Amino acid sequence: MTTTSIAVPRSDVRPAARPAWTLRGRPWTPYAFLAPFFLLFAVFVVVPIGLGLWASLHRWSLGLPHQPFIGVENYADLFTGESVLSVEFWKGMRVTAIFTVASAPLLVVLPFALALLLNRRFPGRTFFRAVFFAPYVLGVAVVGLLWNYLLDRQLGPVNQLLGIDVAWTTSLPAGWVGLVVATVWWTLGFNTVIYLAALGDVPAELYDAAKVDGAGPWQRLWAVTVPGVKRVLQFVVMITIIASANMYGQSALITREQPGTSTRTAIGFIADTGIAGFDIGSASAMSMILAAALMGVSALVYLLFRKVGGNE
Amino acid sequence: MTRRPRVALATTLLLLTAVIALPLVFMLSTSFKSPQEANALTFSLLPEAPTLSAYREILTDPQIPVLRWLGNSLLTAVLHSALVVVLATTAAYALARMEFRFKRTLFVLVIATMFVPGIIFLIPHFLIVNELGWLNSYASLVVPSAAGAFGVFFLRQFFLGIHGSLEEAAIVDGCNQWGVFWRIMVPLARPAIATLAVLAFLTSWNDFLWPVFVLFSTDMLTLPAGLAQLQNENTTRFDLLMAGGVIASVPVLAVYVLAQRYIIEGVSQGGVKG
Repeated sequence: MTTTSIAVPRSDVRPAARPAWTLRGRPWTPYAFLAPFFLLFAVFVVVPIGLGLWASLHRWSLGLPHQPFIGVENYADLFTGESVLSVEFWKGMRVTAIFTVASAPLLVVLPFALALLLNRRFPGRTFFRAVFFAPYVLGVAVVGLLWNYLLDRQLGPVNQLLGIDVAWTTSLPAGWVGLVVATVWWTLGFNTVIYLAALGDVPAELYDAAKVDGAGPWQRLWAVTVPGVKRVLQFVVMITIIASANMYGQSALITREQPGTSTRTAIGFIADTGIAGFDIGSASAMSMILAAALMGVSALVYLLFRKVGGNE
Repeated sequence: MTRRPRVALATTLLLLTAVIALPLVFMLSTSFKSPQEANALTFSLLPEAPTLSAYREILTDPQIPVLRWLGNSLLTAVLHSALVVVLATTAAYALARMEFRFKRTLFVLVIATMFVPGIIFLIPHFLIVNELGWLNSYASLVVPSAAGAFGVFFLRQFFLGIHGSLEEAAIVDGCNQWGVFWRIMVPLARPAIATLAVLAFLTSWNDFLWPVFVLFSTDMLTLPAGLAQLQNENTTRFDLLMAGGVIASVPVLAVYVLAQRYIIEGVSQGGVKG
């Protein structure tokens, strides 16, 4: 090979090196393209972030004429844990936490195993992928009605076919099992599809090299596959925790928040308080606390991955 | 693969398929049972005397306007999807291929909102929708979540990858910016736009908490909100509830079968999140 390189005409025209013809457009043209999106973005994304914070610092009941500024009183009320509101809110936070801790690990690990199974060449591969993903498109309303029926103590097929008598939808801890199983059934395929795309991107040479070095299947999994999909793994952990922490429909429809309101999630209580109960100030403060908790957990996951993952 | 692992793989996959399919089979089967049979204390996989009574009741009872709910869901999901596509395509195109002041700032601002937990928006959206007089209306379902960061991020990537010489050629041929966008870029981006459209449709169609709380007259409900109301009023009429479930599942499964490629493609790239 000689080093006389005739510069191969690289085809990537980077936006940084704009040709002169772009100047021909009228100066306001970009803004005409941007205006529709950014108008709605301002009203429904930027304003709400400020409005939520503002509302949380006021005593604000919808329908009452005044919204006096009360500083952090809404937060203080929630943290002292004395009012009914505070007790119910932390009960909801606990429900959300229990559900997240119970469901997220399964939703991270099972789809990974399933993706490993599907990540080979065999006939019907895309068919199975499509089947496992299918429940996800049904939406939580259908899934909720369906599992409320399947798990019904007297009439549900699960108890009848297994010949058992478990109050899956009206007692704890059986209720947690029901909520988690239904959620796994519903969303299993979602993370699987994300994993599959990532597994396809792991270079085959790495596996061959590992094989040559005498690595067995488990070693290849830990030395090649897992590091190869690390970033996607982190993404999946994050979105799964966020999705689990946002759980509402399953407890609204499967357990119907029973027993009592013991499976009402934080988000359910916030909606009950703010939208159905018009207590905007308290509900906004609760939203901020839940959001802060979520961001804290996300940061923790990020740091954990960086620590475990090492050099990057 | 040698023979034994192959058999094991096939067995595992078929078993899993059964686990996924069985609940749906139960739903379908119970929807064809009479109220008496659905209430029987012995469960049979197939209805002993198949009947359309549940469907007849749910489709004719004026208290359960399920077809109207279907129409509401379809209309709002289509409008929402169209709005998402129009907003995201235009903004993403400008952010990818035009020069203007604060370009980077605007893009960073949009991306930053992807990291804001969704719960932050619930109460403020309710306040704004209330202020606009949109409670219990189609607009409350179509507009508030239409200007999301994901669509812009997703399509901008796509537009950045398109070769610049196409634009130049079009300009030389006398196209203006709008012409380049409409005649060159949008057709090229069609697969990405289709992916975004299908994902937005599904998100809207399946949305649950928001419609349950902002819609309150029976006629305005979407299917998910309507099914929740149906359950509240008929907690143990499982024949009726499963018929409702089947009616709500058929359109979305049809969309899935037709647009499976786009849906799976979109999700692979981190498309929707609950």
